[in-house]
Amino acid sequence: MTEKIDILLVEDNADDIELAVHALREEKLANGITIARDGEEALDIIFHRSGDADTAPPRLILLDLKLPKIDGLEVLRVVKNDPRTKAIPIVVMTSSKEERDLVESYKLGVNAYVQKPVGFDAFRSIVKELGLFWLVINQTPSPQAFGA
Amino acid sequence: MTAAGHPVESFRGGTIQQKLTRTSVVVILTALVLTTSAVVPYYLIAGRRSIAGELNVQAQMIALNSTSALLFDDERAATETLAALQADRNVLAAAIYTSRGTLFASYEAQPSSATAPRTTIAVPVRDAIRFSGLLAQADQTIVARGRTAGYVHIVYSLRALLVDVVRFLLITAAVLVVAVFGALMAARRVQRDLTVPITQLAGAALAVSRKTDYTVRVPPNHAIGELGMLIDTFNAMLSQIQARDEELDASARRYQRLNEDLERRVAERTSELQAINKELEAFTYSVSHDLRAPLRRIDGFSGMLAEKYGPELGTDGTHFLARIREGTLHMGRLIDDLLNLARLGRKELTPRPTDLTSIVTRVIDGLGRESEGRTIQWKREPLPVVQCDPALMEVVLTNLLSNAVKYTRPRAEAVIEIGVERNGGAPTFFVKDNGVGFNMKYADKLFGAFQRLHRADEFEGIGIGLATVQRIIHKHNGRIWVDAELNRGATFYFSIGGTPA
Repeated sequence: MTEKIDILLVEDNADDIELAVHALREEKLANGITIARDGEEALDIIFHRSGDADTAPPRLILLDLKLPKIDGLEVLRVVKNDPRTKAIPIVVMTSSKEERDLVESYKLGVNAYVQKPVGFDAFRSIVKELGLFWLVINQTPSPQAFGA
Repeated sequence: MTAAGHPVESFRGGTIQQKLTRTSVVVILTALVLTTSAVVPYYLIAGRRSIAGELNVQAQMIALNSTSALLFDDERAATETLAALQADRNVLAAAIYTSRGTLFASYEAQPSSATAPRTTIAVPVRDAIRFSGLLAQADQTIVARGRTAGYVHIVYSLRALLVDVVRFLLITAAVLVVAVFGALMAARRVQRDLTVPITQLAGAALAVSRKTDYTVRVPPNHAIGELGMLIDTFNAMLSQIQARDEELDASARRYQRLNEDLERRVAERTSELQAINKELEAFTYSVSHDLRAPLRRIDGFSGMLAEKYGPELGTDGTHFLARIREGTLHMGRLIDDLLNLARLGRKELTPRPTDLTSIVTRVIDGLGRESEGRTIQWKREPLPVVQCDPALMEVVLTNLLSNAVKYTRPRAEAVIEIGVERNGGAPTFFVKDNGVGFNMKYADKLFGAFQRLHRADEFEGIGIGLATVQRIIHKHNGRIWVDAELNRGATFYFSIGGTPA
């Protein structure tokens, strides 16, 4: 498990994973995708990787909120409270656009909050823009430089 | 009741009994003293007058009877004449003197040096009756043949008169004792008949005023006249107050029970409502999440199917797939609109003075796409600044104006009028169009969610706009109604509660 992770997709539904991977593959972003099926697995991957000096942490986390075991908001809280992982951009991608989820996510330090549209075409264009922005345009400090 | 003390324990000048006793004793004493001081001098004066008269008679009698004894120098006869005086026990002594003043004959009731007549007297002696101390003395000249033959001297004791006066005073004292005793007895009776009931009355009044105890009663007593009446009236008054007090207590308790009941019911309803609200929120949350997720998958996989196997599906297959995807997107919109409507119900209003004119301008600008290629005549008048939630009011006007634009589509020239009517109270706003209108018999369906009066292929829409508008207006304590005629257009009226800002 030493290959480079560009995107960590945290999503429990197999169909949604398939759709997301399909969209990412279309946009040539599928190579560096790792998938976590629940919050616990997501934290394992993030912190195992971060603890290993040889490997870089994920460059982008796409996080669903409704997750088994540890839910998305808890994952967000843990990651954003740890200096080692604080700088990793996290985009919440969820079906809900509940005000309280939105507010809570921003309180915890989310980098972006996106409601998954019903239409697949719209979803694809959102995934494309997210990948382009966070992986290509946006710059993040290295964890060492960030004081971890 | 004054601050200085209360009426039962401190009396200025003593109790009624003491006052009555004192008053009667003073009256009795005054009467007796006045009587005594009038009677005793009178008695003394009258006694002296009668004694003087009697003495005068006796002296003259002695003088007449002793004339011959003096003429004949008959000492024995003179002594006998004097001895007749012993019939009067008040005569202590008597003497007859010669005209030269020497003792001729004498009489003593009880011989003693104190009463013994003097042997000589100075002559002539003036006829007189003199009172001195306990004695009265009478002198009478004895006249014979026109010449002074001698003198009679009688010494008379006033003891009898004095004894009478003393007896009178003793009787008066006895009367005084009896009268005072009577006064004391009368005062005791007054104590029983007057003071006791008055004390009871005062005690009862005190109990009422201090402890608000209206159950106390004063024992009735019909033997004491007006005081008995006072007690009866007081008791009757207490009964009335007690009845009213009990009534008041009962109604206070009733109100308290009602109030508690009401509060309990409000608390129950509130918690029920809160539970329902929570459920509704959970429901909305799960609708927004769980109902959208499958739709996304249907559209997602349909899209992937179309991309990958489009050519193999043929024209019909591609068309069916397109219908499936369109239906999915429509249902997605329905869910979104429904959720927006539900959220509106929970949203708190943030009212502030709002310029409706500028909102209308903004909304019309935003309708550019829908009014593209149309001839629309906007008739506007300035609208007042009103107290409302500006974001929600924009939703209202967007819905009403976009409806007006939509339903005037068949018109060569659409006329849409936005104005305000002021009929004294809160202003009534209206949006009037010359569109297709509708039959007023369906007016009640207009504001229901998903209720439509037109087919979707005539006028697009899902029937949520006016339901949203009505909910917003109702949240503003306002009213919305419509006037329309089929093929002539429709006018929507609304007012928002409260006064203009």
